[in-house]
Amino acid sequence: MTPNPISSRIHGPILIVSAIFLVVVMPCLNSCGLIADFTLNLWGKYLCYGIMAVAIDLLWGFTGLLCLGQALFFSLGGYMMGMHLMLMIGKLGQYKSDLPDFMVFLGHTTLPGFWQAFYSFPFALAMVFLVPGLLALVFGYLAFRSRIKGVYFSILTQALTYGAALLFFRNDLLMGGNNGFTDFRTLLGSDLRIASTQRILYICTALLLVAVVAGCKWLTKSRFGLIQRAIRDSENRVLFSGYATANFKLFIFVTSAMIAATAGALYVPQVGIINPSEMTPEKSLEAVVWVALGGRGSLYGPVIGAVSVNALKSWASRAYPDLWLIILGGSFVLVVMFMPNGIIGIPAQFAAWTARRRNRDAATAASPANRVTDP
Amino acid sequence: MITRTIRIALAAFSLSHAAALAEDTVKVGVLHSLSGTMAISETSLRDVLLFTFDEINAKGGVLGKKIEPVVVDGASNWPLFAEKAKQLLEQDKVAATFGCWTSVSRKSVLPVFEEKKGLLFYPVQYEGEEMSPNIFYTAEAVNQQATPAVDYMLAEGKKKFYLIGSDYVYPQTTNLILLEYLRHKGVPLKNIGGGFTKDDKGKIISAGKYTPFGHTDYQQIISEIKQFAASGNACIINTLNGDTNVPFFKEYAAAGLTAESCPVVSFSVSEDEFRGLPAKQLVGQLGCWTYFQSIKSPANAKFIKDFQAWLAKSEVTGIVKENRVTCSPMVLSYDGVYLWKAAVEKAGSFDVDKVMAALKGGISFSGPGGKVTSQKNHHLTKNVYIGETKADGQFKILKEYKNVVGEPFLKGTYK
Repeated sequence: MTPNPISSRIHGPILIVSAIFLVVVMPCLNSCGLIADFTLNLWGKYLCYGIMAVAIDLLWGFTGLLCLGQALFFSLGGYMMGMHLMLMIGKLGQYKSDLPDFMVFLGHTTLPGFWQAFYSFPFALAMVFLVPGLLALVFGYLAFRSRIKGVYFSILTQALTYGAALLFFRNDLLMGGNNGFTDFRTLLGSDLRIASTQRILYICTALLLVAVVAGCKWLTKSRFGLIQRAIRDSENRVLFSGYATANFKLFIFVTSAMIAATAGALYVPQVGIINPSEMTPEKSLEAVVWVALGGRGSLYGPVIGAVSVNALKSWASRAYPDLWLIILGGSFVLVVMFMPNGIIGIPAQFAAWTARRRNRDAATAASPANRVTDP
Repeated sequence: MITRTIRIALAAFSLSHAAALAEDTVKVGVLHSLSGTMAISETSLRDVLLFTFDEINAKGGVLGKKIEPVVVDGASNWPLFAEKAKQLLEQDKVAATFGCWTSVSRKSVLPVFEEKKGLLFYPVQYEGEEMSPNIFYTAEAVNQQATPAVDYMLAEGKKKFYLIGSDYVYPQTTNLILLEYLRHKGVPLKNIGGGFTKDDKGKIISAGKYTPFGHTDYQQIISEIKQFAASGNACIINTLNGDTNVPFFKEYAAAGLTAESCPVVSFSVSEDEFRGLPAKQLVGQLGCWTYFQSIKSPANAKFIKDFQAWLAKSEVTGIVKENRVTCSPMVLSYDGVYLWKAAVEKAGSFDVDKVMAALKGGISFSGPGGKVTSQKNHHLTKNVYIGETKADGQFKILKEYKNVVGEPFLKGTYK
């Protein structure tokens, strides 16, 4: 997991180039028609997943906390944005009512109190941070104070997201039940169905991704990051050195939840639907797989993992609709078996392999057996 | 010399290939879940659609063009459905799409079809309350399943109705409509079981008992039903989804309830579901659909025979060939393709607006379930059948309602 010194030297320029490519080049290519709107929109979705993967890496790769419920924070962020988007539909819905369609459907005539404030975009945006943040704070406080660690922490987070999914499936929660939120029209006055709005959303996503990766990079390089890694490697020793590890973990957990939530908030207007199946444990597990595949503890590895797995999924479920799960599963197995450090570890692995080969060649050249064959 | 031959061959090939794409085929999307929780139901629809395309292609295609299906996997993942819909419309530029099962998948792709001006045929019984300009619903509307079933029960002398379903939009809406319908038919509130939820003003906003997906403990609900049914003349209207029916019917039998004392009429259990559910516990219970495999007609016999023959020689990867049956969603998919073909031929074009206009003008097709006619409101007029479940998972047809007009907006119509 320690980064290879040679590869880390070239990582900097590669990162800057890919950031420029994602934030500037792709939207430009799209506006002059070289990248289809559909493709750019897909990339927007992949990058949202990438941001969530970075959030997981911050927790898992750097602090050793394997959270199997990260998709809950992602979806909650999405739901908060979704509530605003639902109200922005206004009378354009099926029933030409000010209420969201599903409420008319369920026979409601007035907007429930907790929905009122979501007419305001700044309020919705604040809720994107606050609701998942508070949930993470309360859950994290209880879990870390009780010294819940390792697999027990993972199981609890999984139970949390499962419970939330069951809750959101209920129609009487007034959050759209099984169907969730869909059929969005406008965001801040711009039509969500036109390409230019989607392009702006894509640019926001790409910018956020770059900011999140840079921010996490800075955080993990700082003294704070040192303690973070120390907690990962031996929490008791950090604790006995006089650090309140629970507070450190709580801070990371809440930060990670908020990062995932912002990704969710950007995901919803680009994908066009949010519903409770996004909260089911499978979704969180899937995200953990992206991180593992990309290479955890590297921050950009998870982005590569999230983008490549989802791009493979998009391509294979069209090209091989009957076999794509086998292709996807097979690639997971291959990566786990042959690339212990994930995709990001390939250059280092390759370097190690060539170095080993060179050593062996040198050894055989120098061995006396070789000399005997010489005339 | 050799290179020249190769070059000519390549040129000829690419020419013929391009010509085949441009001239002789029309792309059509198939958007169903081939993996995930819905795969068990939706894969059958993919199969029947591929069969239908082959059948049409063998007779010369549509407007002289062979149908080229583009099959994608929605994977029971609703955002993926939206993504695949975009892909079909933007990249493959399909002339029409046949797909979706769950309401949520339809809701997920609806904005995509409206934005990109696509055409979707939706084949599965649903709650109505929707009429998108870009969707044609070959599906059963609530008045082509639930209200005829209630009519049948009333005619059988039933006076008490217990409503139970899974907690999602289809059962919730169906039961609200049934509540209005039952009261319209003179059934008092106290004879409608399952409970009510009221808003602050005392207006009923939800009727019936709801359990989550995958619920297994029906002991308490069954004892409530037993009490409800104790006075006799009771029946159960069941909109439970998928495998939750197994524990429900187990508990029902264990409590000593029978099809004679308190029959259950189900709307989500078809022949195809019995490939996965044990039919034994449902023997004697009722089902209501616009098609049963047991319909005795030359059209149905031919459909079943041809479909089985197609399955036997099909080379689709992973296709199940044993113990296959036909059911209503499959036939409504089949009818949908033929209606689209007829509409395209009537319009003389694959243009979505023209095809939709032709469909709205009324097109009839004599399918395996009898004659269906497209209506102005994007739904079908078709026959409704009430059937009794047999031990082999087939239905014995008890009653047929002819030419029932599909009506999506029913709430508030029965006063």
